Amino acid sequence: MQNEEIDEILTILARDARTPPETIATMVGKSVEDVRAAIDEYERNGIIKRYKTILDWEKAGTDKVVAFIDVKVTPARDIGFDGVAARISRFPEIQSVWLVSGGSDLRVMIESSNIRELGRFVAEKLSTINGVAGTTTNFILRRYKEDQVMFIDTEEDHRLVVSP
Amino acid sequence: MSDSLPPLSKTASEIPPSGIRKFFEIAAQMRDIISLGVGEPDFVTPWSIREAAIYSLEKGETNYTSNYGLPELRKLIAVHLQKLYNVQYSAEDEIVITVGVSEGLDLAMRTILNPGDEVLVPEPCYVSYKPCITLAGATAIGVTTKAEDNFGVTVKELEAARSQRTKAILVGFPSNPTGATMTREALQEVVDFAVRNNLYIVSDEIYDRLTYDTKHVCVSSLRGARERTILLNGFSKAYAMTGWRVGYACAPRPILTVMNKIHAYTALCAPITAQRAAVDALKHGEAAVQDMVREYGRRRRLIVDGLNRIGLTCHVPQGAFYAFPNVSATGLTADEFAERLLFEEHVAVVPGTAFGAGGHSHIRCSYATSREKIEIALQRMARFVDKIAPGLALVSSPDKASTK
Repeated sequence: MQNEEIDEILTILARDARTPPETIATMVGKSVEDVRAAIDEYERNGIIKRYKTILDWEKAGTDKVVAFIDVKVTPARDIGFDGVAARISRFPEIQSVWLVSGGSDLRVMIESSNIRELGRFVAEKLSTINGVAGTTTNFILRRYKEDQVMFIDTEEDHRLVVSP
Repeated sequence: MSDSLPPLSKTASEIPPSGIRKFFEIAAQMRDIISLGVGEPDFVTPWSIREAAIYSLEKGETNYTSNYGLPELRKLIAVHLQKLYNVQYSAEDEIVITVGVSEGLDLAMRTILNPGDEVLVPEPCYVSYKPCITLAGATAIGVTTKAEDNFGVTVKELEAARSQRTKAILVGFPSNPTGATMTREALQEVVDFAVRNNLYIVSDEIYDRLTYDTKHVCVSSLRGARERTILLNGFSKAYAMTGWRVGYACAPRPILTVMNKIHAYTALCAPITAQRAAVDALKHGEAAVQDMVREYGRRRRLIVDGLNRIGLTCHVPQGAFYAFPNVSATGLTADEFAERLLFEEHVAVVPGTAFGAGGHSHIRCSYATSREKIEIALQRMARFVDKIAPGLALVSSPDKASTK
């Protein structure tokens, strides 16, 4: 398949992972078999990592505390930041870990059921990792937009029902 | 109204109301409607453009602009047209910013026409083409295009409709309602016809950016066209800016000078906030245009494939955001089909008759609506067609490649 069509399939799935292969095939003008084969290939070679659902946990009545933690790291010989990053990444509470430019070295996203537990994790687990020189924790107070999804009032369709 | 008042303008009173209006009034009363009847993008104007307009208001830019429009906007348009189509218009005095293409069309007609003149109009076409000609005191001569020609116009048809009084030809490709485009060669023949008969050409290219599997051909870029062409375009479709009412007209200086004179006396200038938004559209809107076109392209294949499966034969439109399927296999006229579909399945489409001759067997289905809604509309239409004409729908799935 052409590069452009590959992008098309991924773009369609990125917006709605549940789009059936039949519909994708129609939209990109290819056979269902070709589309299925392409998706299988993306899954195999890790271009498609996982299909996830974007949830409004607050609406679902589940309390969650989310924080960004900036971590200063003393890089180790040979492995730089990777050793510390891997150590942090293995905790299931940790959602994401990035190496970033700027004042700190790693930016970590962590999710927990309450503030106390999250605080304890930072104090007892994260800060005590060899190589972690300091942390700054920023709690998320409200979500406005995440993964291209608006969590605040979206724009309604104001159009007339029929127009020229 | 009192009987004692003198009669209103004969010309204006006698213009038939738009065929869309009647339909709109019925549909507007109903709930749970899925509308494929909308002639505007379902995208909201990109935020960058809206933000630029808000900033302009905050700065207090609430004044008139030059009649021609903001110099910055005209310069950007000149560069834009040069870059896209290699056509040159002077930002100084060959471009006027109008209140949408609607105003540009009115200006064009009033500028070139005298009472008794005739204008050739390929149809089905946009609803206001013929009324604008009538309001300018001239006569619109419809030239019916055919589904088998993919709704393009041929010189043979134009020649048959031409008379001693023919003054101009009014074309609009990509077309609302048919979604048709014309090839460079076919359009060149139309231009050659205009040159041979010394006609003006008015070209409404509002859907120029919305083409699929094909590149738009700007009429002004064709051999012999520029000196006799009024090019109309705007921001409504490409940048999802319908409600801003901002467009532009380009023409050689002698023509544009007269157009601008009418514009100065009737509209004065296009709203400054909309002009500021248009400036941002040309500076920063390209990525949004590309995204929207790609999304329309996917929906186009969904709807064309779906309509053909149902048994409503539909050529693959190369432009705009309309599919124009033939409903005659159901045994219903376009008007009957649209009305019953609305009442029985709550799907709004526009009967082709609203767009002039050649549309009596077709309905216009806009795919400027979300994929989810398109799919529900197709399901409802399938149920409707199955009830009216059982067995019409395709049993096996058609070859995918055929929708390309």
